[in-house]
Amino acid sequence: MKTKLALALTGMLLASTGLARADGELNIYNWGNYTSPEMIKKFEEKYKVKVTITDYDSNDTALAKVRQGGSGFDIAVPSQSHLPIWIAEGLVQETDVGKMENAKNIMPEWSNPDFDPGRKYSAPWLWGTVGVVVNTDVYKGPADSWGILFDPPAELKGKVNIVPEMSDILYAAIKYNGGKLCETDKAILKKARDTLVNAKPNWVAMEYGTIEKMTAGDFAASSDWNGSAFRQRLAKPSIHYFYPKEGFTYWSDNVVVLKDAKNLENAKLFQNFIMDPENAAMLSAFARYANGITGSEPFMPADMKGANELNVPADKKDKAEFMRLCDPATQELYTKIWTELQK
Amino acid sequence: MSAAPDLITRQIQRDIRNRWLLSLPALLIILLAATGPLLIVVVYSLLTPGDYGDVKWVFSTEAWVSVFFQRDMFDDTLTPASAHLSIFMRSVNLSVMTTVFTVLLGFPTAWFIATRPARSRDLWLFLITIPFWTNILIRTYAMLEVIRNEGLINTFLMRSGLIDKPLQMLFTDGAVLAGMVYTCLPMMVLPIYASLEKLDFRLVEAAYDLYATPFRVLTKVILPIVKPGVVAGSILVFIPSLGAYVVPILLGGGKTMMVGNLIGLQFGQGRNWPLGAALSITLMVVVMIALLAYVRYSGGKGAKAHG
Repeated sequence: MKTKLALALTGMLLASTGLARADGELNIYNWGNYTSPEMIKKFEEKYKVKVTITDYDSNDTALAKVRQGGSGFDIAVPSQSHLPIWIAEGLVQETDVGKMENAKNIMPEWSNPDFDPGRKYSAPWLWGTVGVVVNTDVYKGPADSWGILFDPPAELKGKVNIVPEMSDILYAAIKYNGGKLCETDKAILKKARDTLVNAKPNWVAMEYGTIEKMTAGDFAASSDWNGSAFRQRLAKPSIHYFYPKEGFTYWSDNVVVLKDAKNLENAKLFQNFIMDPENAAMLSAFARYANGITGSEPFMPADMKGANELNVPADKKDKAEFMRLCDPATQELYTKIWTELQK
Repeated sequence: MSAAPDLITRQIQRDIRNRWLLSLPALLIILLAATGPLLIVVVYSLLTPGDYGDVKWVFSTEAWVSVFFQRDMFDDTLTPASAHLSIFMRSVNLSVMTTVFTVLLGFPTAWFIATRPARSRDLWLFLITIPFWTNILIRTYAMLEVIRNEGLINTFLMRSGLIDKPLQMLFTDGAVLAGMVYTCLPMMVLPIYASLEKLDFRLVEAAYDLYATPFRVLTKVILPIVKPGVVAGSILVFIPSLGAYVVPILLGGGKTMMVGNLIGLQFGQGRNWPLGAALSITLMVVVMIALLAYVRYSGGKGAKAHG
């Protein structure tokens, strides 16, 4: 009796996997809470493909996992700071995105980026900035400075969160002390370390989940990404996003196809699919970041037009620069400061 | 005449050979699944970190040096690695506290169960194991919902007018400790219960008959007998606590690092796998020392108590 049951179950399992295979699969490895379910559903229905999404929380996690090989993912969405490593390490394959049907929709400023000249590997997903969010019910004063995190006003003491993206936080601390991106001047690095170490008692946590915890009142201020800030404001209008006057960074996430992708054709279809204005707008509508696709605005929710989070103010435009990864020696110094900070 | 002893020797030899053959699968598994990976960790700890994670196959002892010493990032002098030491101490501290609190809570719980009628004991034990059905991550998130600023406790206290500002419970050391105790408690209750179950309660009655105070009964009669259970429970709680990763991140807010998080950092953003490997081995040595202490402690007295 038992054997019969087991056989029947195995048969059913085989049948179900067989069915799924017949219709195709696509395994996406992407940042958590970042992929529009509506857009995935549309893709699944259009191409009869079953999409599976797995989350990561940082570029480093994603890189480490994919480097080990055999991850089973077809697609990943690394930031531009890390994309050159993915290419150099041979983790991704050339899919000639620049020649795909929908590539004509890519905005000129994103069509030939430094991190992927000619768009040989990657399709633009979303892009944004790193800044500061503050719950203005708790603190009403000026907040366009990294000082909100590093030297918080009395109202915010003990309520500040730091998103533990090492590169972003070190950049902020270095800028706060007058340094530059990938600073190697030890005097400035020392100041940056002291800034961080002295600021830490005023922090409540170092966590990624800001959308949920800012709106639930666990944090009153945090380092954050602009789209995340946007979603917080929609849930709690008193939360505002600020562009630090000392300088801040741009980032852009890009869809690549992994070298060992088992579903190459579906992955290519997906790259082309997200460059369609209507689909790109779905991504933006969900994650609340800007995309790099021309003509997607009409499909976006009305409240995204002119939103503070999506438009860098004119007087701050020259303060922004593209985030990039520093050379290994500098990175090692940064890691030491980071460990020192958490001892 | 000599045939008989010869036969016996051959028999013994065959016996030994059979035993080795029979234990071969187990030995292979130990070799492949335990020793092998461990050796890889040791080898990795003696290599050079790759630029973007992974390792370069160049021999280096730098990782081991930096477990114990830190090269000052600004003037290159070597000083004892105070960051690593304080993180290790924090982990040991948390583990000791977790063990103490689980004993304090677990012993009365186990006592309560052991003194129920035989039929209802199974039900109580069953209740103790229920939390194991749920993933530790989910249990920890549940805890977070209870203690956060707009969580169950704070909402209740604010509504009832006892406080007017939420108490900061989440992201404190107390929250981490409470989370650890909560997740580890069953591992303490079960071994203590196992030894309490064997306790002959007539001994307790006898002690009372001889005018022993309740405190003396506890310390002189009950505790010596259940000691093996307490020690076994302590090991089960102490060792996993040393490597705790999820609870400190979720309830501590990732602000204060434990050894587990420090090791995790090296394999992620830190991109220093050799250091991560060396730290893992160091942690393992600490655990081994704790275990050796346990063997000496319980092997001496505990075994005699059983004998």
